[in-house]
Amino acid sequence: MIMNDFWTEGDPIVDKAAPDGPVETRWERRKFSAKLVNPANRRKLTVIIVGTGLAGGSAAATLAEAGYHVKSYCYQDSPRRAHSIAAQGGINAAKNYRNDGDSVHRLFYDTVKGGDFRARESNVYRLAQVSVNIIDQCVAQGVPFAREYGGLLDNRSFGGTQVSRTFYARGQTGQQLLLGAYQAMERQIGLGNIEMNARHEMLELIIVDGKARGIVVRDMVTGEISTEFADAVVLASGGYGNVFFLSTNAKGCNVTASWRAHRKGALFANPCYTQIHPTCIPESGSHQSKLTLMSESLRNDGRVWVPKAQKDTRKAADIPEDERDYYLERIYPSFGNLVPRDIASRAAKNVCDEGRGVGPGGLGVYLDFADAISRLGRKAVEAKYGNLFEMYERITGEDPYETPMRIYPAVHYTMGGLWVDYDLQSTIPGLFVVGEANFSDHGANRLGASALMQGLADGYFVLPNTISNYLASGPFPKIDESREEVVEARTQVEDRIAKLLSIDGDRTVDSFHRELGHIMWEYCGMERTEEGLTKAVGLIRALKEEFWTRVKVPGKGEELNQNLEKAGRVADFIELGELMCIDALHRRESCGGHFRAESQSPDGEAQRNDDEFSYAAAWEYFAADGKPTLHKEELTFEYVHPSTRSYK
Amino acid sequence: MDIQVRVWRQSGPTDKGRMVAYDVKDISPDASFLEMIDVLNEKLILDGDDPIAFDHDCREGICGACSMVINGVAHGPEKATTTCQLHMRKFKDGDVIDVEPWRAAAFPVIKDLIVDRSAFDEIIQAGGYITAPTGTAPEAHAAPVPKKDADAAFEAATCIGCGACVAACPNGSSMLFTAAKITHLGLMPQGQPERESRVLDMLQAQDDAGFGGCTNMGECAQVCPKGIPLSLIGRLNSDYRKALSKR
Repeated sequence: MIMNDFWTEGDPIVDKAAPDGPVETRWERRKFSAKLVNPANRRKLTVIIVGTGLAGGSAAATLAEAGYHVKSYCYQDSPRRAHSIAAQGGINAAKNYRNDGDSVHRLFYDTVKGGDFRARESNVYRLAQVSVNIIDQCVAQGVPFAREYGGLLDNRSFGGTQVSRTFYARGQTGQQLLLGAYQAMERQIGLGNIEMNARHEMLELIIVDGKARGIVVRDMVTGEISTEFADAVVLASGGYGNVFFLSTNAKGCNVTASWRAHRKGALFANPCYTQIHPTCIPESGSHQSKLTLMSESLRNDGRVWVPKAQKDTRKAADIPEDERDYYLERIYPSFGNLVPRDIASRAAKNVCDEGRGVGPGGLGVYLDFADAISRLGRKAVEAKYGNLFEMYERITGEDPYETPMRIYPAVHYTMGGLWVDYDLQSTIPGLFVVGEANFSDHGANRLGASALMQGLADGYFVLPNTISNYLASGPFPKIDESREEVVEARTQVEDRIAKLLSIDGDRTVDSFHRELGHIMWEYCGMERTEEGLTKAVGLIRALKEEFWTRVKVPGKGEELNQNLEKAGRVADFIELGELMCIDALHRRESCGGHFRAESQSPDGEAQRNDDEFSYAAAWEYFAADGKPTLHKEELTFEYVHPSTRSYK
Repeated sequence: MDIQVRVWRQSGPTDKGRMVAYDVKDISPDASFLEMIDVLNEKLILDGDDPIAFDHDCREGICGACSMVINGVAHGPEKATTTCQLHMRKFKDGDVIDVEPWRAAAFPVIKDLIVDRSAFDEIIQAGGYITAPTGTAPEAHAAPVPKKDADAAFEAATCIGCGACVAACPNGSSMLFTAAKITHLGLMPQGQPERESRVLDMLQAQDDAGFGGCTNMGECAQVCPKGIPLSLIGRLNSDYRKALSKR
């Protein structure tokens, strides 16, 4: 019945690029079977790359080094500012430098299991394999990883795994890895192999003769619209967490590049899989513009609690020990405060829903270091977490040495994205998608320190080896600007901008974005129900209509206009939000970051339904009847057999 | 709290620009400085005025996009803090706060508080890297790096490329930025083969981009949100002299 109201089911989809046979040699065999482009021909081939984070930056540098002509685009003023820069914790690799039983197979196993059995085994195995090459590559570039006194690389354990496989550069691993890729990229820019276009935003995909052949971009300084052509287009435009308005993403992160491609025929897979990180600094008021993550490592020594009584407004210090509920330790005695992200997040939401949250609006729980300080001494705690405590104090004005930190979950990462095959090619020939923008490797939940690994795996090692198979049949015919498909794409962009500017309503873009965020957080956040999601779809549809009649975008198109940029992005987020809710509605099971209240065990834990939902949901853009079409990609598990996660 | 901001408004590169005063009422002390500007912008839009353009992105002090000179100081009054991490509780009710863009010959104003910092990228293009094309890397443990060198390299590498050093320098010099990269790469064994060409090429690029010369004023290190120390410029100069003598 719901099926009829909200979506249509189409033909299943199959990943034709993945080899079968032993998983250990699939990547080797795929690389061998892929067609190559000889070095002399590479310079005749142009690749457009949108986004310059870990995936896009590393892909641009690597393809340019190989001899291709690369045209790179980012919305920031420099490729170095892509939001990969903000990743704190580290990057996983199966180096087994600790001799603690790690291996490619174990990283593969942990990732498939951590993803709650909703990722492709072929892709994940390859990710684990190339992880070791990433560390070598980054060290060669001079990335200053943390080291031991003997001069060798240090590792730490992360995100509840039982081995130490995480490489890190203090709390700024993403920054250091991104600067490595950025510097490699700048070298190629200097050599003339990459044409860099900063402060440029992709607003449309150009498809000619069924192939992705270019993009329509807006110069964000002058407002000029231009059409750019290439033999292949790569989207490395990141995730869509900002659909929630408040998230740990950068303010500029957006779904527009992916969404425009989706509208032109690229399937969007698993949009409802979002990761909500348990340890972020709570909102302080209606002015809040983004949320800041506090490293997960804090849970190693901090104890999470709330008052036992509802609406207890006493100061933390005034609440006696026996009136505190250390709920994670109580519910999950064996993992305690170290349960995985999704579980910690939901538990925090539950106690706040019960009216036991702390801080403004009751949306927070305590992360208390009093025990750690008395056990280890203030000095030791300072040495471990000093910079994080400082950051917390700067933002909240409270001293966490004296009073417990307040934390609350926030949207952090999106596992869903454009559907890609094993070659990272979308359903549009010639359109490749890498990094967080694709859906491929993390299933329904991403493990800590795996985002950096996937971004760099895609950009340095996977895409450069698979895109050649496609480019080998190029160079493709030169495209005339006057071709119908090109004119149409350009006109779509121009018309949309004109429309946004002409409405001149009475509500700001941000007010719509905040409202969308509230709807998404309320109904498509940590806990989802059929009733809530159904309601959300209605609310979003109404919001969309209101947006296109009441939004006020000041200024002109032919100038630097930050509200115009935002307006286009919010318009796309609204459509994405609807699809996310429909995806969440159709998936009547709980898995990873997707928790459906109707699908839980008697003791409140997530219940997967492998019989019905062991597939990736790849969606085709809303048809004329307003319904998206679902294409299922069945997932098979030959090596890691689905089991139930338990942390009790 | 109620405050007044006097903000630099400049519609484009050729506009002369001027300071314009705006009252901001009832702002929470917990709001960040940029959130205060957000609140002001929302009001300006609804009043039919042009909102203030400013660069920002991560809003957690790491991307290096935000760039405001607040009461004459790059990134404002709080030490080792980017504009986005500065909060209104650092100000008092009734304060009048001046907000201006970075001002330096090599960073022309694009609009309001937004400047063009692409000259920094040009310095990196000239030599701020280690040549190591993908696929050529030896095993990561092949070359151990003494911990103290790795740590010092990391400290230098934490530069976020915001340009506050240039904005604070009376000469508009980029020496601290360049020195941070020279130090990072020069401390790593992988960085040795290109050490001499790197310093020569990067200094040439910074001159070509229109940055001023360094006269050891030290203003740069005072405003650096990441605490990059002035001593790194000494290290750069030493590398430069060695490289020149071998040329």
